[in-house]
Amino acid sequence: MELKGRKIKSLFNFDHLKTFYEKFGLPRLIISCFLLGLFLLAFIMKMDLAILISNSLERIGMNGLLVLAMLPTLVTGVGLNFGLPLGFICGLVGGVISMEFNLTGFTGFFTAILCSLPLAALTGYLYAALLERVRGQEMMVGTYVGFAVVAGMCIFWLMAPFKNPAMIFAIGGKGLRTTLTLNEHYAKILNNFLAFKLFGVTIPTGLLLFFALFCWLAYLFLRTRTGMAMLATGANPMYATSSGINIRKMRYTSVILSNILAAIGALVYEQSYGFIQLYTAPLYMAFPAVAAALIGGATLKRATVGHIIIGTILFQTLLTIALPVTQTVLQGTDISEIARMIISNGMILYALTRNERG
Amino acid sequence: MSSPVFPSLWRPLWRHNYLPRGVLQLPESTVLELKNITKSYFGVTVLKGINLSVKPGEIHAIVGENGAGKSTLMNLIFGMPVIHETGGFEGDILMDGQPVKISSPRQAMELGIGMVHQEFMLIPGFTITENIKLNREITKPNLASKVLGSGLETLDFPAMRKDSRQALEKLGLAIDESTFVSRLPVGYMQFVEIAREIDKKNARLIVFDEPTAVLAESEADQLIAAMKRLAEQGIAILFITHRLDEVMACSDTISILRDGELVKTLTRNETSVGEIAELMVGRKLERSPLPGRATEPSDEDLILELKDFRVEMPGERVRGLNLKVRRGEILGIGGLAGQGKVGIANGVMGLYPASGHVIKDGVELRLNDPKAALEAKMAFVSEDRRGVGLLLDESIAVNIVLTSIETQNKFLRWTILPGVRLLDQKAVHDYTLKIIKDLDIRCTGPNQPVRRLSGGNQQKVCLARAFSLHPEILWVSEPTRGIDIGAKQLVLDLLVQFNRKYGMTIIMTSSELNELRRICDRIALVYKGKVAGILKPDASDRDFGLMIAGKQLAKEVG
Repeated sequence: MELKGRKIKSLFNFDHLKTFYEKFGLPRLIISCFLLGLFLLAFIMKMDLAILISNSLERIGMNGLLVLAMLPTLVTGVGLNFGLPLGFICGLVGGVISMEFNLTGFTGFFTAILCSLPLAALTGYLYAALLERVRGQEMMVGTYVGFAVVAGMCIFWLMAPFKNPAMIFAIGGKGLRTTLTLNEHYAKILNNFLAFKLFGVTIPTGLLLFFALFCWLAYLFLRTRTGMAMLATGANPMYATSSGINIRKMRYTSVILSNILAAIGALVYEQSYGFIQLYTAPLYMAFPAVAAALIGGATLKRATVGHIIIGTILFQTLLTIALPVTQTVLQGTDISEIARMIISNGMILYALTRNERG
Repeated sequence: MSSPVFPSLWRPLWRHNYLPRGVLQLPESTVLELKNITKSYFGVTVLKGINLSVKPGEIHAIVGENGAGKSTLMNLIFGMPVIHETGGFEGDILMDGQPVKISSPRQAMELGIGMVHQEFMLIPGFTITENIKLNREITKPNLASKVLGSGLETLDFPAMRKDSRQALEKLGLAIDESTFVSRLPVGYMQFVEIAREIDKKNARLIVFDEPTAVLAESEADQLIAAMKRLAEQGIAILFITHRLDEVMACSDTISILRDGELVKTLTRNETSVGEIAELMVGRKLERSPLPGRATEPSDEDLILELKDFRVEMPGERVRGLNLKVRRGEILGIGGLAGQGKVGIANGVMGLYPASGHVIKDGVELRLNDPKAALEAKMAFVSEDRRGVGLLLDESIAVNIVLTSIETQNKFLRWTILPGVRLLDQKAVHDYTLKIIKDLDIRCTGPNQPVRRLSGGNQQKVCLARAFSLHPEILWVSEPTRGIDIGAKQLVLDLLVQFNRKYGMTIIMTSSELNELRRICDRIALVYKGKVAGILKPDASDRDFGLMIAGKQLAKEVG
């Protein structure tokens, strides 16, 4: 067989095409083509490409950290962190605390992050302990942890002793509002940092730099001793054990890291959005992030920073431009929302059912 | 274990049966005949021109080392799918002189071939009767079944019990047939399996696949007695085992398999345990002289001592083993599968729960902690290369250096950030290139994923990983399993080189006695989780064969 294959290869040189295809993978190829088609369509329909691209860039930076939160758990083999809402809520709590003290600008933003960190670490530890007990079904349990926490926190938002009148219900004087505007605090603080226009495209420099910084840190982390240990834990737990690695510790670490990244990601998301959304808003936060990671080429066995970046770009660009383009093409019909659901849930389904070799 | 639950259920009548049988007048006809059977798996021939015949009422023992081809032969007779999935076999199987085609276990059963497996295939929550009659129930029609089909017929329990009773009686077993299987002692379960086979009305040949492996000695005696009763009733028996005393106790004919060839078929009366042992192991030993050492290892200078060492490794339990390892030697650990040889290294390295004492250089090792074992300057090349030994999708470089990074902080460089060390990719690359060259690993470069390598080269990567730790003791399990002959020699040469050039003490576990005898200074043979004895590699085939089968020798070699 192999000999035969080699012979054919030497006749027609498909080598480069083949390695490119193998590296890039079929799903990414399809989505890239679809994306290209959409851009082409937008161009034909004479839509404002600059705005489409600006929006895409913004959404990439906005969601990037949430997707990056998938990386640690994927690397150690815990799977996709479907309990992302847990970390997300830790971020929200930090954000609300910073608002309570009326902090603004970068001070407000970073105070929010600082407040959410210990909370994310603590809940991450408890979450990790739970996942350790249900080894093998982390993703399903994680999904329901996320749902349960969102529901439980609804009570917290109502009961929490916040006093800032801008935040609490106008009537009754108790309980946080469902949507808090960040306009006077730190809305778009990263987006606007060093932002500039290029051919009509707004580049949210600060936002992208922040995402890039964390990607770079994650890349470096995977090259430290702990990072390598996590990698081995995910790739082959028996190999890791025989190398003297404490697998349990690595799994705990990865879940805590993922939770922390989700908390920071939540704050980045909210500042870009301009509002803090409480109550049931974080309920489905995990799914777009999961879908993006999978589209990027991450599998339950193997994930890299590259997968995360590619996935975020493809998925978010697709979502951003699919809506206006389809709306323009199919006048009036709102097919884009359906397409969005099909793509994101279909992608999750595809990746989870895919038979991993080896 | 003498059965404590049913102490008096055994009828005394078969006691007198447990004497070696005299020369039996066997009929001329044959139940089963194998003619020129050849079978290969992926180009490796595992059976070569086997000729074998079994007569009614004959107990035919098949003995051989692990990998001699016993199981393949049995799978072939029983029509197991694995045979056909791998391209079938050559040669003919004849029953009653007529060629037959056995392409599934079901067909084998229809032809009257039964098989008693090593692991019990019984349902614990069912009674003995229900287990015996499972899927062959005797039924009576009723109103519902007349309307809705035979699936709803009533079970005829009295008739089924009667049948089971008869089957149990044939075995000389006076046990209540309505007892739940879960309440039976392990030894009795085997009898229920046999009862199930002989209850099939057409049973003519029963294959016993190492039936005594899980039995205590007294139970084994009972089993052998039962086999003889069956044979007296005209049922032919194929008996696979490696316990030579059992072979001598019950069989009429003994066939010895070695490396897929039927070496010899003997009748019991004209042979001895010694001769069988010799035939089982015997092959021309090519032991080229190994380079000498400045000082030969001796008992004066021990590097490691195991005392009352126990390991809970499923299927390879170590039960209170004592072993002394001399500094600088290559110690072989041999023995049959399931006797516990593989458990030793896995236990010492903390991969399976262990207890007892492991003393290295006078210091007691903390058990059940892989890190402690690695820090005590020991390294391990696992028998499960793909499962434990490698990160298949990672590069050769990562596979080789990862353990060194984790345990010895090698291949890391300081960064400007205080306390943060990163992988030193250049050092890793240079080192991997060097070791690839030294060990002659055939690959496209350090970044090739190990999954793409051949078995032999994967094994070299495992050795390189262990070697990079610069261990004082290197544990190697089954280093040549699943790799081709040329690569085998290279791997063995490497081990000798590690030993002679770097002074590593090597403890090598292997099922292949021949390779142990080629490079080891001493060979410890493990039987039932303990060291049966230690032999020099040039000891006779007979001594090796006997000791593998658990026979103590009069004189042991130090």
